[in-house]
Amino acid sequence: MEKFTTHTGIGVPLRRSNVDTDQIIPAVYLKRVTRTGFEDGLFAAWRNDPEFVLNKPAYSAGSVLVAGPDFGTGSSREHAVWALQNYGFKVVLSSRFADIFRGNSGKAGLVAGQIDEKVVERLWVYLEENPGGQITVDLESKTVTTPGGEVEDSFDIDDYTRWRLLEGLDDIGITLGHDADIASYESGRPSWKPVTQHG
Amino acid sequence: MGKTLAEKVWDEHVVRSTPGEPDLLYIDLHLIHEVTSPQAFDGLRLSGRQVRRPDLTLATEDHNVPTLDWDKPIADPVSKTQVDTLRKNAEEFGVRLHSLGDVEQGIVHVVGPQLGLTQPGMTIVCGDSHTSTHGAFGSIAFGIGTSEVEHVLATQTLMQAKPKTMAVTVNGSLPEGVTSKDLILYLIAQTGTGGGQGYIVEYRGQAIEELSMEGRMTVCNMSIEWGAKAGMIAPDQVTFDYIEGKPEAPKGADWDAAVAHWKTLVTDADAHFDEEVVIEAADVTPFVTWGTNPGQGVPLGANVPSPEDYEDATDKIATEKALEYMGLQAGTPMREVKVDTVFVGSCTNGRIEDLRLAAEIIKGHTVAEGTRLLVVPGSVRVRNQAIEEGLDKVFVAAGAEWRGAGCSMCLGMNPDTLAPQERSASTSNRNFEGRQGKGGRTHLVSVPVAAATAVRGTLSSPADLVPATV
Repeated sequence: MEKFTTHTGIGVPLRRSNVDTDQIIPAVYLKRVTRTGFEDGLFAAWRNDPEFVLNKPAYSAGSVLVAGPDFGTGSSREHAVWALQNYGFKVVLSSRFADIFRGNSGKAGLVAGQIDEKVVERLWVYLEENPGGQITVDLESKTVTTPGGEVEDSFDIDDYTRWRLLEGLDDIGITLGHDADIASYESGRPSWKPVTQHG
Repeated sequence: MGKTLAEKVWDEHVVRSTPGEPDLLYIDLHLIHEVTSPQAFDGLRLSGRQVRRPDLTLATEDHNVPTLDWDKPIADPVSKTQVDTLRKNAEEFGVRLHSLGDVEQGIVHVVGPQLGLTQPGMTIVCGDSHTSTHGAFGSIAFGIGTSEVEHVLATQTLMQAKPKTMAVTVNGSLPEGVTSKDLILYLIAQTGTGGGQGYIVEYRGQAIEELSMEGRMTVCNMSIEWGAKAGMIAPDQVTFDYIEGKPEAPKGADWDAAVAHWKTLVTDADAHFDEEVVIEAADVTPFVTWGTNPGQGVPLGANVPSPEDYEDATDKIATEKALEYMGLQAGTPMREVKVDTVFVGSCTNGRIEDLRLAAEIIKGHTVAEGTRLLVVPGSVRVRNQAIEEGLDKVFVAAGAEWRGAGCSMCLGMNPDTLAPQERSASTSNRNFEGRQGKGGRTHLVSVPVAAATAVRGTLSSPADLVPATV
């Protein structure tokens, strides 16, 4: 995974709450067996609407999504994270994320930063008044800022995920370093625990 | 101080715990399906890694599979590629797979319990958010993304921060004709889609204890719809009786040892929950959704709400958008909403008890003119059981479509979809925009409401039906 320290990019105001993973990418787009190409399904139902924010030229090259509360609810599909990344997003900011989406983001290298609802509103206002306006997201200091200092605030991300993203670490590699612990745990499992293969 | 059920099961699975880091949790059972696994197997191949415990892994085909012509090659080439990829990966990595045509094929959350692989006190994961279903047995079960699927394949563990715990206590008995589906829809309408976020929830109290195992699965299945990490119910005699004799259930001395341990899996009297919610079962009535998330629900006897009913600006906008998408007028009685398609099935309500209940209500009636009813068993085993009991004949006689096993119309990933603006009453779990097909309009309902709606053509409960003359 690539290291993430700081990112500056065009902010996209998504004035919606409860943007579930079926809205981020409908199931019909989940049939690929690769991790790429999912941008075609991103927000598919809204992409025909000229009023949809990503269809406005000023925002179409956005990389920092600012969304309403309960972003990423629903399905566990990591494809939702890949679709955002494949499109070009590096960061999603919201006042509340669904757990699985937040976890998937951390694993895949998309920064899911939690900010206060009032900061979401201020960013929305800033981005609507300044279409194409940029946002800087600094993972080191956990801050979001706009160029003129219109908005300057902190965001939350759990320390472990932050550390992994800053270092660009591979989770499986870390866990395999604890192989002896896993083997020791396995040797103590009760014999009546179910198995899917016998003999 | 004592421990909650969730804490007991969690602590039994900690491989490694270090301050400042998530716990490393051992996974007892990893379920796999075709949609969220191909990139994980690819990752293993790229790193030259193996599946650490194929004997704790089980795969089935469910999301993409057609429920008609399942004995023929899958018609959609992209779906076929995904299913073929699972078959190749299972073969290459030595994973047990139940393919289309196999008697154990079906929705992954129906297959685990029916095989007896889902047992109390386990950790169970799957690249599917409705893995919470298995919590009904007193296990910690939750959905994971594909990166985590790869992590479990390679290490049989997951790094997880310990969630907080919440108790949802349901006092008293559910009224006659009210099901566990109504209960969970009622609960989500109170809490909203984010109310359970960060918690493992334990459902308890008289109404929960009185539920069958399958009713309990319906409740736990929808834990994710109010944002909970997982939902659990303490195992009891109902649980043990359900598991005993299943193909993969412990036998002989193993059974006795297992049950002795399972009986310890209850929340201690002096345990502390971080949060508690109390519901009176008597307040629950047949419940239906009107909007585009599972929290937007009302009693069947109520009217479509108005944006003016909400004070919060975000709720107002969400309501406006939902009504527009759903094509509904505020103030319309829910009972007057006309439905094009009724879907009985899914990991929420596609088990044998659900089919029995639907058949009991629909027997002697016919599906309303202009309405279609799809009955889709959750697994081939459920389907065979239903045929053995003659339920298929009841459905067919009423004019319903009796299908093969799979996820079907729960999500628009296989041929069973809604057309734009087509309206469904669905026993599934999600009414998101486009969930059942682009532009489709979903009302989440219980099995009795689905069956009665199929007969009347508008959202209805069995009490609205003129008694059948059989």
